[in-house]
Amino acid sequence: MYKTLTMTVNGSEVSIPVDERESLADSLRNRLGLTSVKKGCEVGECGACTVLVDGEAIDSCIYLSLWAEGRRVMTVEGLKSPTGELSPIQQAFIDEAATQCGFCTPGIIMSAVEIVGTGKRYTREELRRLISGHLCRCTGYESILNAMVRIVEETCDRNAKE
Amino acid sequence: MYDIETYYQAVSIEDAVRALNEDERAIVISGGSDVLIQCREGRLAGCSLVSIHGIEELMGISETPDGEVIIRAATVFSHITKSPIIQRTMPMLGYAVDQVGGPQIRNIGTIGGNVCNGVTSADSASSLWALNATLELVSREGTRRVLIREFYTGAGKTVRKHDEILTAIHIAKKDYIDFGGCYIKYGKRDAMEIATLGCAAMVKLTPDKTAVEELRLAYGVAAPTPMRCVNTEAMAQGAPIHAELFERIAASAAGEVKPRTSWRASKEFRLQLVSELGKRAVKQAIINAGGKTDV
Amino acid sequence: MGVRDSIKRVDAYDKVTGAAKYTADLLPTGALIAKVVRSTIANGRVKSFDLNEALAVKGVVRIFTCFDVPDIEFATAGHPYVLDIAKGDVYDRKLLNERVRVFGDDIAAVVAVDDVAAARAARLVKVDYEEFAPILSVEDALKPEATPLHPNLRETNLLVHSSYSVGTGTYEEAKTSEPDLIEFEGEYSTQTVQHCHLEPVQSFAYMEGNRITVVSSTQIPHIARRVVGQALGIPWALVRIIKPYIGGGFGNKQDVLYEPLNAYLTQQLGGKLVKLEITREETMACTRVRHAIRAKVKALARPDGTLIARKIEAYSDQGGYASHGHSICANCITMFKQLYHDHRVTEGDGYTVYTNHATAGAMRGYGIPQSDFFTECLIEDLAEKLGMDSMALRLKNCLPIGYVDPGTGIHAYTNGLRDCVAKGRERFHWDEKRAQYAHETGDIRRGVGFAMFDYKTGVYPISLEVSNCRMFMNEDGSVNLHMGATEIGQGADTVFTQMTAETVGLTEPNVHIVSTQDTDVSPFDLGAYGSRQTYVSGQAVKRAGEILKEKVLDYAGYKLKKPAAELDVEKDWVVRKSSRDRLLSLADLALEAQYSRDRAERLFAEASIDCHENTLASGCTFAEVEVDIPLGKVKILNILNVHDSGILINPKLAEGQVQGGMSMGIGYALFEELLYDEKGRPLNDNLLDYKLPTALDQPDLHSAFVELCDPSGPYGNKALGEPPAISPAPAIRNAVLHATGVHFNTLPLSPQKLVEGFTQAGLIKEVRPNV
Repeated sequence: MYKTLTMTVNGSEVSIPVDERESLADSLRNRLGLTSVKKGCEVGECGACTVLVDGEAIDSCIYLSLWAEGRRVMTVEGLKSPTGELSPIQQAFIDEAATQCGFCTPGIIMSAVEIVGTGKRYTREELRRLISGHLCRCTGYESILNAMVRIVEETCDRNAKE
Repeated sequence: MYDIETYYQAVSIEDAVRALNEDERAIVISGGSDVLIQCREGRLAGCSLVSIHGIEELMGISETPDGEVIIRAATVFSHITKSPIIQRTMPMLGYAVDQVGGPQIRNIGTIGGNVCNGVTSADSASSLWALNATLELVSREGTRRVLIREFYTGAGKTVRKHDEILTAIHIAKKDYIDFGGCYIKYGKRDAMEIATLGCAAMVKLTPDKTAVEELRLAYGVAAPTPMRCVNTEAMAQGAPIHAELFERIAASAAGEVKPRTSWRASKEFRLQLVSELGKRAVKQAIINAGGKTDV
Repeated sequence: MGVRDSIKRVDAYDKVTGAAKYTADLLPTGALIAKVVRSTIANGRVKSFDLNEALAVKGVVRIFTCFDVPDIEFATAGHPYVLDIAKGDVYDRKLLNERVRVFGDDIAAVVAVDDVAAARAARLVKVDYEEFAPILSVEDALKPEATPLHPNLRETNLLVHSSYSVGTGTYEEAKTSEPDLIEFEGEYSTQTVQHCHLEPVQSFAYMEGNRITVVSSTQIPHIARRVVGQALGIPWALVRIIKPYIGGGFGNKQDVLYEPLNAYLTQQLGGKLVKLEITREETMACTRVRHAIRAKVKALARPDGTLIARKIEAYSDQGGYASHGHSICANCITMFKQLYHDHRVTEGDGYTVYTNHATAGAMRGYGIPQSDFFTECLIEDLAEKLGMDSMALRLKNCLPIGYVDPGTGIHAYTNGLRDCVAKGRERFHWDEKRAQYAHETGDIRRGVGFAMFDYKTGVYPISLEVSNCRMFMNEDGSVNLHMGATEIGQGADTVFTQMTAETVGLTEPNVHIVSTQDTDVSPFDLGAYGSRQTYVSGQAVKRAGEILKEKVLDYAGYKLKKPAAELDVEKDWVVRKSSRDRLLSLADLALEAQYSRDRAERLFAEASIDCHENTLASGCTFAEVEVDIPLGKVKILNILNVHDSGILINPKLAEGQVQGGMSMGIGYALFEELLYDEKGRPLNDNLLDYKLPTALDQPDLHSAFVELCDPSGPYGNKALGEPPAISPAPAIRNAVLHATGVHFNTLPLSPQKLVEGFTQAGLIKEVRPNV
């Protein structure tokens, strides 16, 4: 059965037909071309499909598309500024060599957006827990945590100045 | 795509009950983290779903003037952990649901789903058993309340009828006030894990804090359903805090549980965990209640 | 700029913006979806199918069975083709198998209009089997009454037995060769683990004319092309493989897994676009795993710790099909003889045996993680028996300077092993901690452990080592770089960019590497494996760069009317060699060269390398653990890898490789194992029950390097990609031994195993419940 799904994706309102059996991961990838949303396991174990729905990180592979009705969805494609600058989180991942094969990267970046969005100054150990819903086989999480620590510090310092 | 035959999004509890009544095959889907995975595995391929996802009246946490805490069943784990009411009244439960899966799962998994799938390993289960939670179920026949220890009938089985929706979990003030609690989840890894063993201990101390006034000791994965070690609790009532008390609790608990050997863990290993975790959880619960354990 | 610089990855921008496309991201619309139908037995034969119900599912297009496919056996291993077929890989499987040899064997394939229809139909395919008892251990497979799994190739289930003897006499003779020798015997074993690359195995295929294109997540596009041609019985030139960004491989994708079947399906369907869906569970249970190996080892030593003789007998569980076969076990027993020098003799016997377990293939380290577990546990336990410090025992006997492997002739031109040990020892405060934790008591105990290793670079002389590279200069003086070598996450694209910049005289922004391999246009290379690319493919880059630079200087000499010998290229400019003064920009030179009416010349270069070199890398791991004895939990407090991998092309990326390898070694030590039931069916073929470590399970990962310029490496470099995964597991095992005094001789050190071991050792009092 097809239904029309209306939601805001990366800041723009979209209205698309979806099969009610589709996961949000499938709709974002196949209907909106947002292929940053990766499918690594399809059972919500690896976190590669993580997107933000109303600012909260969820595994889009086990989230039915219809549940996104009226909600704000964000993927990595929505992080660049209107003039094409990378977000500080993306830049931190580049600078800390936090991406190797890159398959887990977009999902972790989206969790990072939620984490940094809280404005809290987390410790490295706390950050480990906050990204524990993401599996990575390439990095051992070391460079990813370096990027997370860096971006949390930068954000908190910037907030403190303002 | 999921192999779903029919999907109906209910707009209210009443609507959900009606939809379940109209389709004897229909299954309730809440957060989806259990049902969708089973669907993909083929176990629920071709299923009929009635979704209670996003129904406002099923979400949120409140406290009555009597101090009864009401957790609406479709509240997601992360919201329970962050709830000021939960943090103030029963932080052990907030901690326990913070152990489910990982951060993303905790943003969509609901406590109602965790309870209704009837598994002994649910992180919320042993804590709710320790808290003497009461479950509120709504059906065509009306509303009924079931004590949590009467809700589970076997592995994966509960008394919930086909058209019943679990709408809320109630915890009375007397069941949390003045208790120190501690939940320990034991798994092979520290995230994205289903418990090999879960242990929830709650202790109320005597006014001078040297003895146990009341002990509640619940386990998950130590039997086909979550359970309380009632004999151990009776034995500990009034007992002074002493090193040998913890040994007695451990030995007694090991005698009450019914763990089995599976490829995941042997019976002997589980017994060792029951014994050791029981000690550690009770000790920490005592500390959380303001007592000392190095006596 | 150039090598030894930690420039940012050239693909990082695309990976953090979602612009990087992996196989599934490139699928055009309108694809048919195919699913493999898998056997529900581990050992037997398909007698017949009943496809009626399956064909009745709405949306099903065709169902192919093992009775339809060409009667061609092929080999899937990611190895170079061997002209002498008898010496090459074992050709032991078809596109779909009638003779079933693993649980989940590929016996049929459903093609449908969508994934739901394909999955429904696959579930409805009915199979009548002739079933044999599953063979689930090497011991059972070698019993006289065991069913031979490949009787047309081998009379028994022994795939290969190889052996060596280095030195004088035999081990037995060595026992009585001098008085007072102390002997230690042990048996150690490692478990089955899986690669768990985040991107599952993926491919889709279509035809254009009579040529088949397969877009695939593979480490080895050129080898895949050959195997697809072989499997379908068509000329290899009619096959085109496209390899986009891939989400890791670690050796699983160094096998031609499903490209042949995918190609077959599109061919049979008139060239229609077909995507072959392989789920995570299928990737884990039905592609490849690491060989589980059991080894009996013996050592003879003088009381002063001089090693006189050692012997290894290793049994490797191949699973149902040959894939990389005995190469892993052969590698395993070889390292045993390299790492330590025995005064008299070292003997090795390796047996690779077919069973009905999942097929084992290449996985990071290729038999050496297993070997290091055996070798380093043996040394540790021997030291204990000798009453000697294990570090001292190691240093007394390990890889000597100037070592040449007698079997292969591989020279350890540079040998930084002792430097690595010294560096790590100091940084880790090894001696202090070893003393501090010498007498731990109580429920929570700490300890430190160590392990070292050596590893070769690429596969020469055992296999062919070739690589090709093409470069051409654009009108703006930048260079396009085409490699057949693949980026699989390790940073190959970035280091090749740096090498090109280094050799030609460019800045990295002016090197444009084409990341995707397309076998129709990409130069030939064997692919990413064996830690070979930086060393072998790097030689091709260097050679092509030298040729290109020569051409540039020749044209510049013509333009500037100076001898080319007086000129050089530096940071995108032609400069005077002596003074480094800038004379002509590459941009000006290239534009003119391309369009000059007097002398038009496209500045390009190609190089073809046949590498006849190899050398040994080495390194070690120091681990500090805290053991919670009653709960059987090991927490790693500190872990340090030190590597001798020659000159680092990109130190930051090298660090990343080491961290990743360490995390894999930690998983191997403590968390991971693929388990089977009594029917041979994998029990935990999913990412929940297979315990891949999360961020909460990994500690901070520390690394250090000893950089000795290796004369055989194009830029002084040698193996780096696989070495980091080799020594963490034995180091952790030895740390647990130090902490608790308990010898754990099988991996992983799982909680239940630890609790059982501690109970047996009297460190845990067995629970006696009051009933």
